[in-house]
Amino acid sequence: MSEHTFPSTGTTRSDPMKSPFLRTAGALLLALAPALAFGDAPVPDKGDTSWMMISTVLVILMTIPGLALFYGGMVRSKNVLSVLMQVFMVFCLVTVLWVVFGYSLAFTTGNAFFGSLDKMFLNGVNAGTLAATFSKGVYIPEYVYVAFQGTFAAITPCLIVGAFAERMKFSAILLFVTFWLVLAYLPIAHMVWFWDGPDAYTDAEAAVVATSHAGYLFALGALDFAGGTVVHINAGIAGLVGCLLVGKRLGYGSSAMAPHNLPLVMIGASLLWVGWFGFNVGSNLEANGLAGQVFVNTILATATATLAWSFAEWLLRGTPTMLGGASGAVAGLVAITPACGWVGPMGALAIGLAAGLLCLWAVSWLKHKLGYDDSLDVFGVHCVGGILGALLTGVFADPKLGGVGFVDWVTMELAPYDMAAQVMIQAKSVALTLVWSGVVSFVLFKLIDITLGLRVSEDSERQGLDTVEHGERAYG
Amino acid sequence: MKLVTAIIKPFKLDDVREALSDIGVQGITVSEVKGFGRQKGHTELYRGAEYVVDFLPKVKIEVMVTDAIVDNVIETITKSARTGKIGDGKIFVVSVEQAVRIRTGETGEEAV
Repeated sequence: MSEHTFPSTGTTRSDPMKSPFLRTAGALLLALAPALAFGDAPVPDKGDTSWMMISTVLVILMTIPGLALFYGGMVRSKNVLSVLMQVFMVFCLVTVLWVVFGYSLAFTTGNAFFGSLDKMFLNGVNAGTLAATFSKGVYIPEYVYVAFQGTFAAITPCLIVGAFAERMKFSAILLFVTFWLVLAYLPIAHMVWFWDGPDAYTDAEAAVVATSHAGYLFALGALDFAGGTVVHINAGIAGLVGCLLVGKRLGYGSSAMAPHNLPLVMIGASLLWVGWFGFNVGSNLEANGLAGQVFVNTILATATATLAWSFAEWLLRGTPTMLGGASGAVAGLVAITPACGWVGPMGALAIGLAAGLLCLWAVSWLKHKLGYDDSLDVFGVHCVGGILGALLTGVFADPKLGGVGFVDWVTMELAPYDMAAQVMIQAKSVALTLVWSGVVSFVLFKLIDITLGLRVSEDSERQGLDTVEHGERAYG
Repeated sequence: MKLVTAIIKPFKLDDVREALSDIGVQGITVSEVKGFGRQKGHTELYRGAEYVVDFLPKVKIEVMVTDAIVDNVIETITKSARTGKIGDGKIFVVSVEQAVRIRTGETGEEAV
């Protein structure tokens, strides 16, 4: 599919009729563009609106308390409150920043990498403004879209803190998250998910114009239904850079650092799983048949990855562990995230199987081989699982393999699918995210280390962050 | 007066307590402790990180007894705490200079 070669500056495709637009995830919005081709303003469907509000609540549940408990159970008892508090506060901080400028920078027309500041402080957004979905003429209230996307922005930096748990200063984390949101999350979200919506694609000429407004990776044709690049690769590489720069925990490799409460880990992983239905299915933006397909893919890939991880561990290490089961579930959820609206259930099965095995390899072999101390395996699970999912999306989205393929946004008909070309595009979007987020994270961590200092003192680390950083103790 | 200290397997505590009551022992002090002996520990595996757990949980019993019954106490603990498998524990006996019952001020064997 030669149409996939675009100018490097390229926010436009050379021939949108031949190289049809792709529906990418969580996409776009638009305050009822005046260009809408029909006369009456569309009225949001109450079913869609209800589902999107439920989805939003589910994604909140993933973070607080799901991710917090998942992480909190894995650290030593002297640090559990520090992790819970980091997740809780980062969630709140990002939520506020999202409304102040985040939504505007991610989801308004700007250039290929950033939106504009037109909707700072939600300027112009009101109960009557709408956000586009993936169907022509179907909209949801913009407020609901603001909240839904806000929960994605909030969970992503929360994922990062697991990589350098048990040793990073609380103040350093809050400072890092603030700038990382602006310089990494918002641009990647804009690049992958921002477009003018399907109603802008009225004919070939309009398609060229609409595409010129879209984010860089969206225009490139990258498929990321619910955030494999934006959320998981983005957070995973930031975590790796962070744990490398802050250094290993005292006693890493010589003294035991076993999780202090595995039942909390299991509860956290289960809440993540339940909440992920909001994350993945909600990314469809409509409650319809494709939403049902996303639902089945999400439950199937996760169950498969859990089985794969656990049986592999049983076979190779002698016992199937609860920590392994919970980790396998999260690995499956991560890997199916970019693919969930593009692949069929058998594609989801294959992705889940691959994710369980590859992530097990990454956390139990790769990590020890390379010797970095990623405390809670943010890189091994989220980045590795995210990369795998992003690449396999290109494979299993092929209608020949039971995938959905993609439609021409002008005619809304199925377009030809070139698997090799699509996998290349997926690889490009993975590489761009790795480099972008990796470089931004490196610079930010370095600057914070020079000014504020990244790490608590040795004495504080030995005593535990709960009492030193937060002045309280979790148990007894 | 003797102080008998026994390190035993935790699940044997109830048997030992009952057996000691049966021979007239009036009170014991119990602590949950950890330690290592000839019984080997076990390994735990967390996402590929293997930890050898050397210290195993045990129960420590302390019994203050008069010289007259100390042999009986030792025999009773030995019998009731034994499983015949490695890790059954040990008994130590030391002489005690003085004992005082705080409530009444009684001393010596009266206080035991």
